[in-house]
Amino acid sequence: MDINDIIKPENKVYSKSPLLTDNIMHYCPGCTHGVVHKILAEVIGEMGIQDKTIGISPVGCAVLAYNYIDIDWEQAAHGRAPALATAAKRLNPDKYVFTYQGDGDLASIGTAEIIHACNRGENIVVIFINNAIYGMTGGQMAPTTLLGQVTATTPYGRKAELNGFPLKITELVAQLEGTCFVTRQSAQNPAAVRKAKKAVRKAFENSMMNKGTSFVEFVGTCNSGWKMTPVKANQWMEENMFPFYPLGDIKDR
Amino acid sequence: MAVKGAIVVDTERCKGCSVCIVNCPTQTIALSKKVNGKGYNFAYMANPDNCTGCTNCATVCPDSVITVYRVKI
Repeated sequence: MDINDIIKPENKVYSKSPLLTDNIMHYCPGCTHGVVHKILAEVIGEMGIQDKTIGISPVGCAVLAYNYIDIDWEQAAHGRAPALATAAKRLNPDKYVFTYQGDGDLASIGTAEIIHACNRGENIVVIFINNAIYGMTGGQMAPTTLLGQVTATTPYGRKAELNGFPLKITELVAQLEGTCFVTRQSAQNPAAVRKAKKAVRKAFENSMMNKGTSFVEFVGTCNSGWKMTPVKANQWMEENMFPFYPLGDIKDR
Repeated sequence: MAVKGAIVVDTERCKGCSVCIVNCPTQTIALSKKVNGKGYNFAYMANPDNCTGCTNCATVCPDSVITVYRVKI
């Protein structure tokens, strides 16, 4: 069968979500941010809530997320996305409000904001991208960096006695009464992407049911920060990140 | 019933990260020797006969550059 007979509009089974703009993403090749943007765009598109969704972007690589997903965005000061999301959701209870934060933003400078927003049980969705490194600033150690992991500021590997232990922020917020759905996902292969999409959809649905905060962590890669190829980084993540950051639902009620 | 598939890669947006290549169950995709305007070796269908249109490559593509077509024959 000739290839031109297959490539016809009526045979199309998958194409870019219309919510994703045509701008070329500034992310490095193979970055997890791109996949998570796609998951968000597909979920928002499938739920038909494009004009009712407000995203709060962080400081970090995803600061320019408003260029890529065609919804309403606000850009928060470093770590303060949950505070803006609280205001946006309380003033517009009929809108779907989510924050999109990396580990430098959420787990480091914004720890107080996220803990208290989750403890208040704000009806928002928190998307947390954990790649165990500060990607945008050049690969320094993050609170989530694994023990022994080499970064720009821990050239001999992270040591517990000098740098402390990696922070499992998702387990932390799962203990709070205000959260209703806490899960850890990844996006390195098709099965993981499909599973993560279901989790994100559930989180968005929860935010309209007055149940509390939904928290979705994505274990991701930063191949340029880790100094690996994208494929190697995905393997490294499966071998080293998943034992410490196990995937799955931690809390669901 | 057999299925045949095909993909179309937006070569100017592809960054050649190879994530689609390792996730393709039929070894259809490879990186081109040619480069695009940004200097990346983009992905292309090296073995078009193998493609089943399973959409795995498009699902994992970080830059959403792959469109998938499938027909039943």
